[in-house]
Amino acid sequence: MADTPTADMQPAAPAKRKGVKRRAFLIGGVAVVGAGLFGISIADSNAAKSAKALLESDGGHIFATWLKIGEDDSITIYSPHTDIGQGSNTGLAQMLAEELDAAWDQVRVVSAPAEPAFANVGLGRAFLADMTGQPAIINGIPQSFLSFLARQMNLQMTGGSTALRFTGRVTFQNVGAATRLALVETAAKRLAVPAAELTTQDSHVIHAKSGRALRYGELAAEAATLSLDNAPKLKDPSQYRIMRQSMQRLDIPAKVDGSAQYGMDFSVPDMRVATIMAAPVRGGKLTSVDTAPALAVKGVEKVIKLDDAVAVVAKGYWPAISGLRALTPQFSDGGNGGISTASIFKAHDDLMAKGEADSAAGDGDVQAGLGAQPIEAKYQVPFLHHAMMEPFALTAHFKDGKLNIWGGMQDPLATKMMAVEVSGLDADDVTFHPMMIGGSFGRRLPMYMEIVGQVTKLAMQLPYPVKLIWSREEEVAQGAYRPQSSAALKASLTKEKRIKAYRNDYAQPESAESETVFPYALPAVSRRHFAHVSNQQTGAWRSVNSTQQGFYNESFMDELAHAAGEDPVVFRRNHLKAGSRHLRVLDEVAARSGWGSPLPAGTGRGVALVESFRTIVAHVIEASVGDDGMPKVHKVTTVVDAGSIVNPDAAMAQIEGGTIMGLSSAIGEAITLENGAVQQSNLADYPLLKMAGAPLVMDIHFLNSGADMGGIGEPGVPPAAPALANALFAATGKRVRNLPILTQAKA
Amino acid sequence: MAIQTSINGKPVALAAEPDTPLLWVIREELGLTGTKFGCGIAACGACTVHVNGEPTRSCSLPVSEVAGKSITTIEGLKSADGTLHAVQQAWISAQVPQCGYCQSGQIMAAVALIEKTGSPSDAQIDEAMTNICRCGTYPRIRKAIHAATGQAAKAAKPVEGGA
Repeated sequence: MADTPTADMQPAAPAKRKGVKRRAFLIGGVAVVGAGLFGISIADSNAAKSAKALLESDGGHIFATWLKIGEDDSITIYSPHTDIGQGSNTGLAQMLAEELDAAWDQVRVVSAPAEPAFANVGLGRAFLADMTGQPAIINGIPQSFLSFLARQMNLQMTGGSTALRFTGRVTFQNVGAATRLALVETAAKRLAVPAAELTTQDSHVIHAKSGRALRYGELAAEAATLSLDNAPKLKDPSQYRIMRQSMQRLDIPAKVDGSAQYGMDFSVPDMRVATIMAAPVRGGKLTSVDTAPALAVKGVEKVIKLDDAVAVVAKGYWPAISGLRALTPQFSDGGNGGISTASIFKAHDDLMAKGEADSAAGDGDVQAGLGAQPIEAKYQVPFLHHAMMEPFALTAHFKDGKLNIWGGMQDPLATKMMAVEVSGLDADDVTFHPMMIGGSFGRRLPMYMEIVGQVTKLAMQLPYPVKLIWSREEEVAQGAYRPQSSAALKASLTKEKRIKAYRNDYAQPESAESETVFPYALPAVSRRHFAHVSNQQTGAWRSVNSTQQGFYNESFMDELAHAAGEDPVVFRRNHLKAGSRHLRVLDEVAARSGWGSPLPAGTGRGVALVESFRTIVAHVIEASVGDDGMPKVHKVTTVVDAGSIVNPDAAMAQIEGGTIMGLSSAIGEAITLENGAVQQSNLADYPLLKMAGAPLVMDIHFLNSGADMGGIGEPGVPPAAPALANALFAATGKRVRNLPILTQAKA
Repeated sequence: MAIQTSINGKPVALAAEPDTPLLWVIREELGLTGTKFGCGIAACGACTVHVNGEPTRSCSLPVSEVAGKSITTIEGLKSADGTLHAVQQAWISAQVPQCGYCQSGQIMAAVALIEKTGSPSDAQIDEAMTNICRCGTYPRIRKAIHAATGQAAKAAKPVEGGA
């Protein structure tokens, strides 16, 4: 489509060039970023000139690192986030282009290089360490920015639904607005008119009085030498023409014709393909392996033993995986051979029965309020696998003392730093080239990207480039799962059908307190965390702790409503603060779903309301149970208050997808353990929802409440499981307290 | 001994070992990377191509079995002048892809379904479209199939704005 901007997801010019020392580059990066936010002139620093040169080598003029305007009016935006398909790069571009008054069809987005100068908001761990002794620049940084920075220590991380909320709001809108002012100032000088007489539109500065107009491209060179305003006035939302519009996503055209290049698709001449098997019992080591059966497979070139894994290197994936399957490697179990799903749940029960919490939060005298005979329920959820559609694949090449790595990761800069650590090379000698990502949902975060270490170790001992591909079997068995978790819930009710006291005891590795919101105003409430760690690696799974906590609390609220003999919506209303955003979302979803209206026999309606990442989402689900015992979701009505929305259609897609992922996990997904090892082996025994299981009707509404912008990628997930469980209770009278539902249907 | 076949209308002689799954021949020998590896056991459909017009999961089909047959991949859907197939265009209009990794397979499955049924019903879509999308783009895939077959009325309603 000729009028659609293009997204070039290939990285910009590699940031590492000969002759640019890291320190100089860092200072350069700071100065350049500073130009956008702190009013430091780019031209003041020779180092900044070097940094600028990296991105200007193919023409155009850089503003505050993140923006380049070409003399042909092209607008290039460098995103520090990884667009995993959630549309964040398009959203970031909309935010910058809006304030810049750019012509949207000239805008493209590229990934920022995985270098410290492009760390999110210009700073990071490496930079802070280096910054000691650079007080002049530190002093120029506003306190608010430093505090923001403290929360953003993950450099180029994409996660926590932060892209538009933080990077967009804090940086990109300001960069766009400040650059617009610099262009206007340049035009005022050139036209010899007061800046106040000038307006901007579609990448032009316009002097209406004289009928003259200048293109951004012809102003850019001079404007780029100016100090940028560090606190430009942003537009009033009533003036928006790019933000809050459903602009088509920039990355989509390449995703319908097969041309999009993911990490899996990368290749270079002479490249070999490797695949790997790590100890099936996590914590175990490789004890022995007879390499001969693999080497007998045509196309296999090498078998490499790592501490806890064995890898086969071949001419292609098929000989590599055939060779690996021919092996019978022996692994120790690291003392974890006795761990099972049942043993973990038992440990949870024992800890909670003992009652010595690792941390607690809440208000009021819960113990007294619960009385002698509280209402009690125990809930359990399994480990969950991310199951992104693209298995891990990274290519690495070590040559002439330099290591290059290509692939898709949620934190390109942290990926580079991991490779630096494993290889023992200087940071200057390691370059990571970010590529498109085939799904992540939290799996590709830095703390559990063991493939980075693996491919680095392989590349350091191979004379040719190597692409390491994880088989789906490896992907399923070696996940960074959402934790297996249990909850013991207790509450008491007054005669007036009000909750008197509420206790949520839960057992899992980490506390959920910092990220989960309990919206109900109760006289006494307590949340207690009991820490239990198994041998499994647990990680962030789309919406993190809000999924299991949302399931626990919103299912138990439903139980309490029924115990009180009250309608579940009315019961929730009675415990929400008057005038609250939560109450408005609940009322809207009740009205739009036709809550209370008759349904066909055997069909039930369930509601759930969860806030996560500062966005409030309520689902009403209509569901029944089929003859096969499987739940069937007929309709989902959703109301979302994310404050404000940058791209309504892209936001809608995120809520659709999040809801379906929540339903999928509730219905069928579980990773289980026996003898310390994962029992599931591929997608055949880790069933994901397909077309036929997805709701035919999804009716989604956004309330633009004007509150601070919330996340959109994750908040659709948490209310899905409890709304479904509550609907099934309404349909059948049977309460779902253990997920997935499939296991119970079969039992 | 080379295996003779045709890919996207062009005859090719393939050097791969006969037991190599068609997927890896397409990706590694021919360099057509639009067809994706997802599971290797024909469970997810990311590797779907057409073999003599039939939607086929290429990760589980030995290349020896395609000798003399005609294979179409996602790269072969566009017309000679580069115009997108109506289904690809519908995918853009409905803004279907998120991460996009499964979408080549989804589009190949949808094209085959439409060629077979003309205007598939919701039940036919449920039955035929068994490819997995972890991003959960199913409602938009359904909408795009309806739109591509002129069933606009059936397509899901557009975005509603704020209240």
